Amino acid sequence: MAKLEKENLPAYRQAGFSRNISVGWFLARRELKRANIWTTTLIVLVMTLTFLNLVVVSGLLVGLIQGSEESYKKYAIGELIISPFLNRSAIEQTPEVVKIVKTMPGYDRHVVRYTGSARVESDYRKTIKPGEKRDGAGASISGVDPISEEKFSGVSKFVIRGSFLDPDDGDSILIGKNLLYEFTPIESPGFQTLKNVEIGSRVKVTVGDTSKEYFVKGIMSSKVDEFDNAVVMLDSEARKLTNRADLNASGIAIKLAPGTDPAIAKKFLIDSGVGEYARVQTAAEAFPKFLQDIKNTFAILGSAISAIGLVVASITIFIVIFVNAITRRRYIGILKGIGINKKAILYSYVYQATIYASLGIALGLVLVFFLIKPYFAANPIDFPFSDGILVATISGAFGRAGILLVTTMIAGYIPARIVIRQNTLSAILGR
Amino acid sequence: MIEAKNLTKTFQSGDSQIIAINNLTFSVPQGQFLAVTGKSGSGKSTLLYQLGLLDIPTSGEVFIDGTEYTKESENARTTSRLNDLGYIFQDYAILPSLTALENTMLPLLMQGYDKKEALEKAKKALDKVGLLDRMNNLPSGLSGGQQQRVSIARAISHNPKIIFADEPTANLDSETSRHVMDAFVKLNKEGQTIIMVTHEKEYAELADRVITMADGNIVSDVLN
Repeated sequence: MAKLEKENLPAYRQAGFSRNISVGWFLARRELKRANIWTTTLIVLVMTLTFLNLVVVSGLLVGLIQGSEESYKKYAIGELIISPFLNRSAIEQTPEVVKIVKTMPGYDRHVVRYTGSARVESDYRKTIKPGEKRDGAGASISGVDPISEEKFSGVSKFVIRGSFLDPDDGDSILIGKNLLYEFTPIESPGFQTLKNVEIGSRVKVTVGDTSKEYFVKGIMSSKVDEFDNAVVMLDSEARKLTNRADLNASGIAIKLAPGTDPAIAKKFLIDSGVGEYARVQTAAEAFPKFLQDIKNTFAILGSAISAIGLVVASITIFIVIFVNAITRRRYIGILKGIGINKKAILYSYVYQATIYASLGIALGLVLVFFLIKPYFAANPIDFPFSDGILVATISGAFGRAGILLVTTMIAGYIPARIVIRQNTLSAILGR
Repeated sequence: MIEAKNLTKTFQSGDSQIIAINNLTFSVPQGQFLAVTGKSGSGKSTLLYQLGLLDIPTSGEVFIDGTEYTKESENARTTSRLNDLGYIFQDYAILPSLTALENTMLPLLMQGYDKKEALEKAKKALDKVGLLDRMNNLPSGLSGGQQQRVSIARAISHNPKIIFADEPTANLDSETSRHVMDAFVKLNKEGQTIIMVTHEKEYAELADRVITMADGNIVSDVLN
């Protein structure tokens, strides 16, 4: 009998890692290519929804606070805020400080505000019985130059009734909605709101011993406390009410040109001597700490909800791969029988899980960054304290995608390993 | 060459022990076409699984070209099945999600051939069994005989030392069976060692040697 010349294959005696990887890929590609399209679509959809759950839920929760912070930055404090030292009521040498501000690199615009605490009353002309409370409310006053304020924050768009102040509106004010019972119907002896105030009403504003009557020209609703809790008037009126003879202001908010680093701008102001007259803070430093605390809490809450979604997705993939592997037990037995390394078979299942997850993640990324995020940016969620946006960064989304991918790979690996470890002959013979 | 030494396989069935193959010793030289025949339950398939390293005998040893495999690790046995052995099963056992060509080239890829080489070798093997024109068909698009020929192509594509065939014609009509047997005879004439289990006397007579089994024992061992 003729003798076969066996090829010299010493290199083929050991199946290495790369070969297992490539054969695994060969098998996985064909499995997916010839899989039922609807099953594949359903699995990919589950992965997409899981990814959205991971990114969107926590993104929206954080976005509620982020929206508030962004509004605060955009309309109230800008990128930098100069405020009095804690033991002072005003920024010393305000005109000098403003001159320095205008010279700083990256300067875009600023606004000077005069603030104080006041009481507003609407029925001050009415005779009241002893012990009866007047229709009044505690408020902060904010004295602004209407032109520079409008240029800085564009707050006129928040006037929901009436109109914004003109430079000659010395006898008029705007009232924030939180001071009005109509918008903030709180019935509490310790927290009063004005009940009978509408456009054209006369109110008395009292700061210390100084009082003056004003017409209500407009009502503001901005979701920024600086306006919604305040009586907004001309800066000259605020100075009079607070008995301020100088031009020293309570706050200078500054906006910077795009791309300017607020920290560098802050350093410039301090180095230029502003630090001797007032405190200089970046927006991040000026945000109330509780906002950051809420943001952190919401992030944890979002992550907890997302983790549940992740577990559900892992179980889904586990079941899909397990059912697939169990129903293909004989197929796996044949592969092992003809000498396919079990690692190659295992990798083919991990590949399949990875591809399901990758497709789901890719679709999820497209939805997040091209549909959901732009949608919420254009149509923020209307919360009482903020316009909620979706906070989703590329790096954050990819981080979560990585978590989903690894979890899915593990969820694919475990069931495949369980089935692959079974006896080869039993699998082939189906016993 | 493959050798069996004192090969025994027993199964537990309830309280009783069934002896599937009983202390068998024989060898099959390189290039021989051996047919193992016998009645159903005689132990012929069990013997094939032990020789083909698909199962571990209860006792005894299997040597392939002098290397004893029964005590080797699962990985070593898998590697030997890949490099040295080829399998043809009764129900073809080709993979349903792979085309005829892909089924045939899979062991070659596992052996480390690059895709181009594996394709060439797989095509050559399919050509040998007359299926080159159906190479891109999935098993579902092939008849039983064609599927079995794919199985043969897969078994021979990497030039194994020994081909094991377990009732390769059991599911085929007589004409297709004849084609499959012709393919075996042709391969054997080219030097291929073949160990085939069959219960059909007509096909067993085509082999160089026939071992007949009954109750796990070899009752006859004759050269044709």
